[in-house]
Amino acid sequence: MRYSAYSIFKEALSGNRMWKPAWREPQPKPHYDVIIVGGGGHGLATAYYLAKEFGITNVAVLEKGYLGSGNVGRNTTIIRSNYLLEGNNPFYEFSLKLWEGLERDFNYNAMVSQRGMLNLFHSDGQRDAYARKGNGMRIHGVDAELLDREQVRRKAPYLNFDHARFPIMGALYQKRAGTVRHDAVAWGYGRGADARGVDLIQHCEVTGIRRENGLVTGVETTRGFIGCNKLALAAAGNTTTVGRMADLELPIETHVLQAFVSEGLKPVVDHVITYGAGHFYISQSDKGGLVFGAEIDFYSSYAQRGNLQTVEHTMEEGVSLIPGLSRAKVLRSWGGVMDMSMDGSPIIDRTPIDNLYLNCGWCYGGFKATPASGFCFAHLIAKNETHHVSRFMRLDRFERGYTIDEAGRGPQPNLH
Amino acid sequence: MASLITCPHCGTRPKEEFSIRGAAAPKRPSPTAKDEAWHRYVYVRDNPKGRYQEYWHHVAGCRRFLVVERDNLTHEVFGVTDAAEFERAGAAE
Repeated sequence: MRYSAYSIFKEALSGNRMWKPAWREPQPKPHYDVIIVGGGGHGLATAYYLAKEFGITNVAVLEKGYLGSGNVGRNTTIIRSNYLLEGNNPFYEFSLKLWEGLERDFNYNAMVSQRGMLNLFHSDGQRDAYARKGNGMRIHGVDAELLDREQVRRKAPYLNFDHARFPIMGALYQKRAGTVRHDAVAWGYGRGADARGVDLIQHCEVTGIRRENGLVTGVETTRGFIGCNKLALAAAGNTTTVGRMADLELPIETHVLQAFVSEGLKPVVDHVITYGAGHFYISQSDKGGLVFGAEIDFYSSYAQRGNLQTVEHTMEEGVSLIPGLSRAKVLRSWGGVMDMSMDGSPIIDRTPIDNLYLNCGWCYGGFKATPASGFCFAHLIAKNETHHVSRFMRLDRFERGYTIDEAGRGPQPNLH
Repeated sequence: MASLITCPHCGTRPKEEFSIRGAAAPKRPSPTAKDEAWHRYVYVRDNPKGRYQEYWHHVAGCRRFLVVERDNLTHEVFGVTDAAEFERAGAAE
């Protein structure tokens, strides 16, 4: 069924009794052409593009919980393409372009809102670094503007401009950045994939990867063995656990990142704002809640809950940037587990096993990448060759010395 | 939630006093080791779920590097040893 204003009107007249579930709940078949492990944003996007762009529809997505129960439902919903490096920028710009046409493409309201993003800077050195990044973006054909203090003040007068230690000197502004309703991304991709014949199998945890003669033949799951020609992993947070079943050695550490939402408020924060003196980012949801977060908890963790010290630190950063925030009440906080890679950049690549494909290492920047990640991963699975915008995101880049270290922090995953 | 760490030199202290360096399991290869060994040391991580050994630096205390052994799912702390002692124990094995 196609969603439209007309369908809402028509269903309302018939008492809303005709709505169908957005996807089927199929039993697993004994064999698929492609199995995707992980029913989050990236897994569902991969299934969607496999079916829609590459015509491969005999596909199953296996999810151990419910669809979108991992990081796609736990992030701070920001989309942007303000990256400096050649290995990153064209990829994230491709993603932003897919976001711009996404709702029309998959016929689902994902509430894509290009409200603009302000990356604040607080020193001469930081301004120069942001100017360099902005120039790098413009060389790649991406929009970027360097705003001075007064231009920022006109957009966001409530910020703490005269902070004694970190006064706001200006911002790098990306007008096309913004936010998206994160759950709807999973639902929209899931529904689109399902409509094209993909089986979305929930509550089906992969417990083993069966191999013969060096090739994957299928997966052992909590719902029995399921065979496949190609196996694709998109199990962020648990990549190592799943990868170990196929003896993969990975440059990944798992860490927890927390996020927060305040009580609903009238519109106050019109943009996405990041604090250059800390690692704090904030936007306001359409429901009115201020959605914000900061750093990971810094120690290895598989728990989807975080430490109170990080909660306190996040609040301190927030109040330091927006003093008025001290009057708002925090409604909820939660944690998600991240694949922190050794250079802060992701991996979309083949593996030493010929029919095993890997999508991992998104650190805590995976949400904005969802469309491009799905598209490039589907391209890789369907054609056995890497998409040109993801060609730097190789598994062997660490060994070869071609890391993509956007922040320049070296091989320490908790600093990326 | 791993909020209190018992430093062998300073006693039980809040987590805020520490900064975390990362996995303690990888062993530094010899300077003449093959590139492959160095690649594994610098980049490849076991990343186990459960019992985990990690370097914590007591920056706001004795400034010693410590090895905290804990569960990264339940956050239970099993023990804290001075990193030098940890290395010696590893070498003796």
